[in-house]
Amino acid sequence: MELLLAIAIGVLVAGGLYLVLRAQTFSVVLGLVLLSYATNLFLFASGGLARNRPALIAAGPPYTDPLPQALVLTAIVIGFAMTAFVVVLALRARAELGSEHVDETGATLDDESPDDADKEEDR
Amino acid sequence: MPIAAIILLPLLGAALPPLVARHGRPAPAWAAALVTSAALAITLWLTPQVLAGGEIHSHRDWIPLLGLSLSFRLDGLALLFVLLITGIGLLVFLYAFYYLPAKDGLGRFYALLLLFQGAMLGIVLSDNLLLLLIFWELTSLSSFLLIAYNPQTRVARQGARMALAITAGGGLALLAGFLLLGAIVGSFELSVVLASGDLVREHPLHLPALLLILAGAFTKSAQFPFHFWLPNAMSAPTPVSAYLHSATMVKAGVFLLARLFPVFSGTETWFYLVGGVGMFTLLFGAYIAIFKHDLKGLLAYSTISHLGLITFLFGLGTPLGAVAALFHVGNHAVFKASLFMAAGIIDHETGTRDMRQINGLWRFMPYTATLAMVAAAAMAGVPLLNGFLSKEMFFAETVHTDWLGPLNWLIPTAATLAGIFAVAYSMRFIHDVFFNGAPIDLPRTPHEPPFWMKIPVAVLVAACLLIGIVPAQTVRPILDVGVDSLLGFSPDFSLAIWHGLSLPFLMSLIALLGGLALYSQRQRLFAAHDRYFPRTSGAAAFQYTVLRVRQLANDLIARIDNESLRRYVAWLIGTTIVLAATPLLLGDFHLAGERAPTPLDGIAATILLVLAVATLATVRVRRQRLRALIVISLVGLMVTLTFIHFSAPDLALTQLSVELITTVLMLLALFFLPGDPALSVSRWRHRRDLTLAAVAGLGTAIVAFALMTRTTPSISDYFLAFSKPFGGGQNVVNVILVDFRGLDTLGEITVLAIAATAIVALLWRLRLPIRAGDPTGRPWADDRHPLIMAAMSRPLLPLALTVAVFILLRGHNSPGGGFIAGLVAAVGLILQLLASGLAWTEARLRVSYFALVGVGLLLAAATGLGSLAFDRPFLTSATLHPHVSILGDLELASALAFDIGVFLVVLGTVMLILEGLGRLNRPGAANMSPRGED
Repeated sequence: MELLLAIAIGVLVAGGLYLVLRAQTFSVVLGLVLLSYATNLFLFASGGLARNRPALIAAGPPYTDPLPQALVLTAIVIGFAMTAFVVVLALRARAELGSEHVDETGATLDDESPDDADKEEDR
Repeated sequence: MPIAAIILLPLLGAALPPLVARHGRPAPAWAAALVTSAALAITLWLTPQVLAGGEIHSHRDWIPLLGLSLSFRLDGLALLFVLLITGIGLLVFLYAFYYLPAKDGLGRFYALLLLFQGAMLGIVLSDNLLLLLIFWELTSLSSFLLIAYNPQTRVARQGARMALAITAGGGLALLAGFLLLGAIVGSFELSVVLASGDLVREHPLHLPALLLILAGAFTKSAQFPFHFWLPNAMSAPTPVSAYLHSATMVKAGVFLLARLFPVFSGTETWFYLVGGVGMFTLLFGAYIAIFKHDLKGLLAYSTISHLGLITFLFGLGTPLGAVAALFHVGNHAVFKASLFMAAGIIDHETGTRDMRQINGLWRFMPYTATLAMVAAAAMAGVPLLNGFLSKEMFFAETVHTDWLGPLNWLIPTAATLAGIFAVAYSMRFIHDVFFNGAPIDLPRTPHEPPFWMKIPVAVLVAACLLIGIVPAQTVRPILDVGVDSLLGFSPDFSLAIWHGLSLPFLMSLIALLGGLALYSQRQRLFAAHDRYFPRTSGAAAFQYTVLRVRQLANDLIARIDNESLRRYVAWLIGTTIVLAATPLLLGDFHLAGERAPTPLDGIAATILLVLAVATLATVRVRRQRLRALIVISLVGLMVTLTFIHFSAPDLALTQLSVELITTVLMLLALFFLPGDPALSVSRWRHRRDLTLAAVAGLGTAIVAFALMTRTTPSISDYFLAFSKPFGGGQNVVNVILVDFRGLDTLGEITVLAIAATAIVALLWRLRLPIRAGDPTGRPWADDRHPLIMAAMSRPLLPLALTVAVFILLRGHNSPGGGFIAGLVAAVGLILQLLASGLAWTEARLRVSYFALVGVGLLLAAATGLGSLAFDRPFLTSATLHPHVSILGDLELASALAFDIGVFLVVLGTVMLILEGLGRLNRPGAANMSPRGED
């Protein structure tokens, strides 16, 4: 069973990273979501797999390891906030740069930064 | 701890001036003066005790493991400096009020000055080397901010950067030196260090420690070859120069020499290093000062020269040398501060500081001229003024020096030469500014400055006279205790004005007459200087280095950085693979661990198979975005099932609700993200990406498998054992979240709140084109809010909220808790947004989601603080177990309040995000502000 789960995690990581390396912002978002699934499963699995042994005192021992679960629980929620942030960032980039390409810098729109001015003066 | 109060008053008081700045200009000035007066008053209250020979100590542990403690000492040496820092500080505050332009609100200025003052007081009062170093660096930082007070000008920025680089660099050397010294002595407490002079001087690490500490002192006190930052720091507003560059900042270095005098002085190395550098700086500074056309430039080099004089006197290592050095510290501070102020007045009134333009000001400002001339005479060492007394002591000491054997005569000769230079540049300050014909092309017509602007100068000049005429009645007591704290005894010395026709007096006379003669021949001198003096300067070398380093960095960046996110990510993944793979490949690594594998079961196998296939399908259909979204939520669903299958009900509940919300979020966003036309990707890049992804996936799978098949000692047994007795809950996962690791959770919900704020900020005034139809050209449905959906969804809301409350309350004992409850409640609300629209929901739900997040955070933090009231550590929980029907054994732990806080933050965050996105859909929505801001 461990082998199967490990392979599933591996597939998630591979798929996620491949998507993160794409040029379109939406693909990157999808990739990040896959990666966070992979990370959560990885963390969760690090405590070992156990069936029908929830960490509820009422259910009686033996229990599964509760610590990775606590870590993953908050990670899921924070992962959502991160996904939302990246999605909104993509929206903002679309509005400001008129493109969904991750490497769009909008260099033509940018004003000269004060540091550049300093550099010019120094020469 | 009254001593700590002397430091804390200005440090904390620095917050006052900006706060009161909106009540007009005088308010911040009064606030700053009040704070400093209070510090001065405490000092004066303690002064009799110190003068009676009692050092005052206070001690409090800070980080005992590092040897860092909050220990302070007020001895004679510290007293002298504290009086200078606070006294001259007050005068500078008054002066600055008139000096700075009326449009400056002064809040920032006085705040920075107070910050600097507090740091400076910290240096002189610290009784712990590491503590002293912290204040030392704080002076470097605050002086950087003060020099660059007008950051618009390039000169100010460069001057500030240079001062920071040199003094903070010296600070690093000082840290290393202190660490060595602490290692030699075995303690960082100054009291211990001062008593271990013999031990230190005979230790093999003596020389490196001394060199590093001297590097710190010499950079701060602008000794050659580190002197050049000081003239460049003259771009600071003049009150800053009057304060930092005469009385305080630059004196920190010589203070350090004085402080460690008992430990290091008296050795040959000490004399040649400190005495040699001091003497050279004395001569060099005095010589250069003659040729500076800028008023403040002249004063800056004169300061360098006088600091050299003080350094030299400490370098002699004799008791009387120390007396003269301390005396000159005070004298120089007094006359140089007044001279800087006078220079500032002249600059203020004429609009320039160039002495080639400023001439004959006597006719325009006789009062200021008189004051400035007296102060300049003190600088030259004219009898009846304070500068004369300490200079004469200096001459006397040079005569009695016996370090150079047959070349002993060199020292008094060099001293006299320096005296001649000093008289020459002082003469130039007097004659070239106030006489010497009429002014040339002044930007403004000069006249006397405001009355109160002259007062600080007058007070300082009066002090010059008073000390110069009746030294025994004015400064003698402080000087006595000051020297006592250096030497452990008060040497016999005379402060009389007339010692008879002695050799030192003769030297003074030669210096005076020689200086006048030299000045009268200045035209020839200037020509010779221009012709023969080498045209190199430390400042130019420094600027060149800075420029080269920056160019090098730019070239390097240009070479490796093409501003492509994809390239960054590829590098990141590649590096991670290498780092992670190295130990696996090099070490003795067995794939499977000792733990018996769990048997294969059909359900799990199916779940994982679907998960893997759906993942690959997501990658495949990523361009058909709606389809990709559906497939990826299938992946999420399988993850949820995995959690259920392997005994993690809490995780499954969380994942399921997050899945719902994420899908809604993505759907909302997809409306605005139609996608760009596909760009062709090179075959090489495609292969690279595939390889990276595959290798990383394989590696993760291997590590995951290895981890799952091993048992490691875990702290979970503790949580399982004490969840019920300590945390009062049966759901261990929840107890860990709200109790055992409550601080982590507090941090995590703070992160949520920050993310929500950032998202709201990104959505602020965001305008995106609303398209008429989907990418294939089909128009959107007319019916924005279908009736049936609205009718179905409304009854679900109370149901969802009830479930949320239920989950929240039972969370401590059964699967549930604040996180899940928050998500469930959010799902209920989002459903209304989708089905009935934003306006409909808004009209019925008058809640600010911002307030929800804020109240939640406060509640969680307050619960934690509550335990402090019972003398328990932050976030200790207390429990109560009333039995309520239906809900069962209800948990009324304080942890419940904490969990409610979590609930509110999660709910508020999710709603802020989704509602913000939902607003984008409203055509013509001009103001995207979330309701919390109305």
